[in-house]
Amino acid sequence: MSDKKTLIINGKEVEFTDEPNLLEVIRKAGFNVPTFCYRPDLTQYGACRMCVVEVEYPNGRTVINSSCTMPPEANIKVKTNTERTRRIRKTVLELLLANHDRECTTCDKSGKCELQRYAEEYGIKDVSKYVQLHKDRFKEIDPWNPSLVRDPNKCILCGACVRACAEFQGHAVLGFANRGSKTVVQPMAGKPLASVDCVFCGQCQAVCPTGALTIKNEVNDAWKLITDKDVKVVAQIAPSVRVAIGEEFGLEPGENSIKLINAALKEIGFDLVFDTNFSADLTIMEEAHEFVERVSKGENLPLFTSCCPAWVRYMETQHPDMLHHLSSCKSPQGMLSPVLRELVPQYFEGFTKENLKIVSIMPCTAKKAEAKREELRKDGVFETDLVLTTQELAKMIKSAGIDFKALEPAEGDSPFALYSGAGTIFGASGGVAEAAVRTAYEFVTGEPLSDVDIKGMRGVDKNSRCKDVELDIKGTKVKVRVVSTLKEAEKCIKEIKNGTADFHMLEVMACPGGCINGGGQPLSFNDSKVKERRAEGLYKEDSELPYRRSNDNPDIKKLYQEYLEAPGSHKAHELLHTVYRDKFKNSYKDVVK
Amino acid sequence: MSSQTHAGLDYSKVDEILASYEYKKSNLIAILQKVQEVFRYLPLDVMTYIGTKIEGLSPATVYGVATFYAQFSLQPKGKYEVKVCDGTACHVRGSMPVLNAIHKCLDLKDGKFTTEDGLFSVETVSCLGACGLAPVVVVNGTVYPQMTADAIKTVIETIMGEERGN
Repeated sequence: MSDKKTLIINGKEVEFTDEPNLLEVIRKAGFNVPTFCYRPDLTQYGACRMCVVEVEYPNGRTVINSSCTMPPEANIKVKTNTERTRRIRKTVLELLLANHDRECTTCDKSGKCELQRYAEEYGIKDVSKYVQLHKDRFKEIDPWNPSLVRDPNKCILCGACVRACAEFQGHAVLGFANRGSKTVVQPMAGKPLASVDCVFCGQCQAVCPTGALTIKNEVNDAWKLITDKDVKVVAQIAPSVRVAIGEEFGLEPGENSIKLINAALKEIGFDLVFDTNFSADLTIMEEAHEFVERVSKGENLPLFTSCCPAWVRYMETQHPDMLHHLSSCKSPQGMLSPVLRELVPQYFEGFTKENLKIVSIMPCTAKKAEAKREELRKDGVFETDLVLTTQELAKMIKSAGIDFKALEPAEGDSPFALYSGAGTIFGASGGVAEAAVRTAYEFVTGEPLSDVDIKGMRGVDKNSRCKDVELDIKGTKVKVRVVSTLKEAEKCIKEIKNGTADFHMLEVMACPGGCINGGGQPLSFNDSKVKERRAEGLYKEDSELPYRRSNDNPDIKKLYQEYLEAPGSHKAHELLHTVYRDKFKNSYKDVVK
Repeated sequence: MSSQTHAGLDYSKVDEILASYEYKKSNLIAILQKVQEVFRYLPLDVMTYIGTKIEGLSPATVYGVATFYAQFSLQPKGKYEVKVCDGTACHVRGSMPVLNAIHKCLDLKDGKFTTEDGLFSVETVSCLGACGLAPVVVVNGTVYPQMTADAIKTVIETIMGEERGN
């Protein structure tokens, strides 16, 4: 046996090695096969049958097989586009469409929907020959949460969301129910997502091929604010938005378009544009301070990061007994808004506390829910007025008729737009911990950390969802664990509960790979490399910036000198820190009363 | 679906069942069967409870299993569970008139399958494997062969009489 294994795809000889299934081999060879249920980062399910191919074995036997569930075999001949496979795919599409709510024009996934795309590509024009099973049975839409909309009338039962929920978050809020033609995908007993401890990470939405799960669209609310002459609207942009939004306009994943975003926001009509990277630096100042304090006192360790709202909600609903581990720091979005409310009226003319509206641009659906937290409400006003996801901002830019790529690059507004490399890497899993260590080192030793690249914390692919790094801070050993997905986080919590945990800091991001792969980012159903390229974009910017540590950011220094005094000061606590509450008590799981 | 937030459900019995099956995911169906024996149905809260107690499961998953199998009921069953066989043999030998007679006799309308007093619940099942005795009705495990509308009426009235006597 030679170790070189080959098979033939559409007459072309193709090598393969350890690809998990034939579909991957086919796609690597440059052929596309349509899929609905297949997602490279999830287990194969083989439900939709769109990826069927004709396989001819060396003994002459020919079979039709779903390529996503078939391991590649040497010397087989595969045909991806034959009369039989086309006929099967067309039938699948027709049957799905016969039971689908085909109101495409008003659907939020329109233009991104895989069902719509393949129906068009395969020329499906008429499905009236099929009896519609649920013609009169309208299933209720669930818009009852701040982040996501679930429309079961558009569900094709591919199960991608069910797998994403279980395999990423380990939490399985969504599941199949009933049997046969009555099968549905829903939360427990058809309850709304808001009442089943959903963390609103939006990963279900990111894998949904149709409009069954979509982001709650608040674009119209944003336009309303912008066109209101009595208010002034300012924006803040999260780290990972800049390396992803370009994909909507033909740029490569990972290409940093922050200056184009600044320009687009100004063009749309935002009065001022700030950067959440600035408050990421601020978060690091506070969190590093808090970490050093906890380590020196030896209390409430390990410290859990609190930037990810899905993770915070998970802790509040599932592990309320461990809330003291969470950093009391607000997330960067949560920090920047109150600072802007205090200081923008002082720095800029025409802005008052009353007329100021803050819109944040986030890669995240859970941020919409975070902004509605009672704890982030002051004097009856939510500190952040509106949260738009990357997807929604792209829609706004398109509807404003802006040619994104042709914009004149623009800077954000000083003094809340200057950021360090530490702030920018917040967007990738491991970035917060790396940034915190860069600054904590200096807080402890009084000297700047010479080599700021902590490579062990980096990596966003499927195999780097749990990373352990041990650091030597002048003789003190500090162990940091970085995880992404709540499934991995839950393992760490178990370790802490049974006493085997061996780390001082735990960074958790609920989305696999961190915010660069957030639920609000542009959709990339079939390319798991997209998130890696976005992360590379952030690390590239980090390496090129003049400041690499949050505490070196001159505008951060100025903010402390002029206003906040010092990290952990009374003033800082008032604006930048928050509290968490036991939310299990209102949880649907609290059945033993 | 009726809301089934029964305060005061006895979770200690559920705990016992869970413990006897070692809180194993693979034992879910057996666990649900035992729980249904205790409560005569699967209350939503109990399914939620089971979904949180067994590692690797969630309430949505437990609900999915419970709604997949016809043997599980999400509504309370009666003290007497009446199973009318509607397999092919029973069907052609007249199981439907028997079922209609039961519904009429127990005043069950509009898809209700449990009587107001909780005494009887009625369901159809697919083949009990006693085709030679068709049509067959089983009441709490007792097999009544070659039923007719009149015969089943007598059976039910006898049970009602016994219950009244108690």
